Amino acid sequence: MEKMENYYQKEIETASYEQIRQWQSERLVKTVKHVYENNTYYRKLMDEKGVTPDDIKCVDDLHKLPFLTKDDLREAYPYGLMSKPLSECVRIQSTSGTTGKRVVAFYTQHDIDLWEECCARAITAAGGTKEDVCQVCYGYGLFTGGPGLNGGSHKVGCLTLPMSSGNTERQLQFMTDLEATIICCTPSYAQYLAESIEEKGIKDKVKLKAGIFGAEAWTEEMRKDIEKRLGIKAYDIYGLTEISGPGVAFECSEQNGMHVNEDHFIAEIIDPKTGEVLPEGEKGELVFTCITKEAFPMIRYRTKDICVLSREKCSCGRTHVKMAKPMGRSDDMLIVKGVNVFPSQIEEVLLAKGLTSNYQIIVDREKTSDTIEVRVEMTPELFSDKINELSKIEREVNDALKSMIGISALVRIVEPKSIVRSEGKAVRVIDRRNLYNN
Amino acid sequence: MTINQLSIFVENKAGTVAKITKSIADAGVSIRALSVADTQEFGILRLIVSDVEKAKEALHENDCVVSITKVIGVEIPDVAGGLSSVLELMSENSINVEYLYAFITISGQHAYVVLRVEDNDKAAKILKENGVKLVTQADIDSL
Ligand SMILES: [Zn+2]
Repeated sequence: MEKMENYYQKEIETASYEQIRQWQSERLVKTVKHVYENNTYYRKLMDEKGVTPDDIKCVDDLHKLPFLTKDDLREAYPYGLMSKPLSECVRIQSTSGTTGKRVVAFYTQHDIDLWEECCARAITAAGGTKEDVCQVCYGYGLFTGGPGLNGGSHKVGCLTLPMSSGNTERQLQFMTDLEATIICCTPSYAQYLAESIEEKGIKDKVKLKAGIFGAEAWTEEMRKDIEKRLGIKAYDIYGLTEISGPGVAFECSEQNGMHVNEDHFIAEIIDPKTGEVLPEGEKGELVFTCITKEAFPMIRYRTKDICVLSREKCSCGRTHVKMAKPMGRSDDMLIVKGVNVFPSQIEEVLLAKGLTSNYQIIVDREKTSDTIEVRVEMTPELFSDKINELSKIEREVNDALKSMIGISALVRIVEPKSIVRSEGKAVRVIDRRNLYNN
Repeated sequence: MTINQLSIFVENKAGTVAKITKSIADAGVSIRALSVADTQEFGILRLIVSDVEKAKEALHENDCVVSITKVIGVEIPDVAGGLSSVLELMSENSINVEYLYAFITISGQHAYVVLRVEDNDKAAKILKENGVKLVTQADIDSL
């Protein structure tokens, strides 16, 4: 039987590559002109680089434009990167930055509409229709998670439960009483809800069929766990406040990468060190350009997320480029023996082998050769009274790491709680090479 | 038939074993037998103690990974060849001994030895049939 795929905007989501390119070219030209004329901060960056709006004639000229980074957003705080008069703006959202100034993003009504449209595409791709009851337990308020999915759910026509985060008792009560069919929250909260449902023995009252999970990194193992325990399909969603919020990219029925909403955002992959644009399929830093926004259209915004783009044909029929789940942050990227290594890749291996996420990576240099050691804490589940069993675990983790990152690491299983924690979190990486102290 | 052994994960670094034996002593539990098996990086400390549950609790509080393993205790007559006759019995019956170690405490004319095998029931049956006296948990508790 042929798979029935639902689209929120079929003609856009399944448009030809040429059509997408044409939209991107037209809209990029228009956006660059708009920003150049209305934003002194970005105009200055363009002037410094010697680029004028006339140099941008199509999407192929994108690489000529200067980058924006989180530092620019902090420096321009609060109004410096706004490209519409205050009177035209209707909303702000903000990131929960842990260091320095917060980042604020502005929206006109048009910007909110297109953002919610993107979220509606994500909900529809997860199987949502107007018959569904959609429980949104992302935080509402400054955080984009709640407002974005809430708006998307309205647009699809779901009965929307604006729960916000926390208060698990109430979440479960509404979930079961109102028979919610779709849930939107962080993957870790989904796991917590699954645990609570098991504890209360109310699994038979849960009618969920799909979940849209984002706002934090999660692994395939977590997906399997959530799908099994909640009896649902778990879909990934990607976004960031600077670009609009959740829905910049979303997963389809194939559950293998997220389609970027290319009629609104142009995605590029660059070498994080040189800023050079990399060809499709290569791993690098993800960069977004907003081409339909009015108030806060970021141009070539560096996300610091490391990932890969792919234009391979997708079984869902959507034609927009797919981004892989981010493999790490460009800040976290380690170069060991000339190979890019991300702590998140190592974590994935450890979790897949039944170890904990309490690990530490120690990079050092012996003479001219880099060494990498992975320390991970022993767990009661893995422990055995036989030495060869424990050595076997070490060997297996070693082999799995080698095939994941391409170089050999020394795996050491250590005692519980022996890895130094800072504010409750294990210190992930210790680089003893002092490469930058010359 | 079997006796309870505490198995504890230890890192191969100075002071680890001392820390563990101290926390057991602080809990008022005596160590009857002890062995350490190790690789370059880590090891497993195996203990027979006067109060398994109490010792386990004390170790838990000290964030140790600890499990209880069922092992066989045998009484070896204090004569030449006492131990080897027991081991020969095992190998004749294709029972693989994973590890063994002796008690610290010796009672009278006998030495106690701990044997770790896969099939405790089979090993115990063969030993008994061949007149080897097994050490019970009650024997340990009364040491
Ligand atoms: Zn697809």
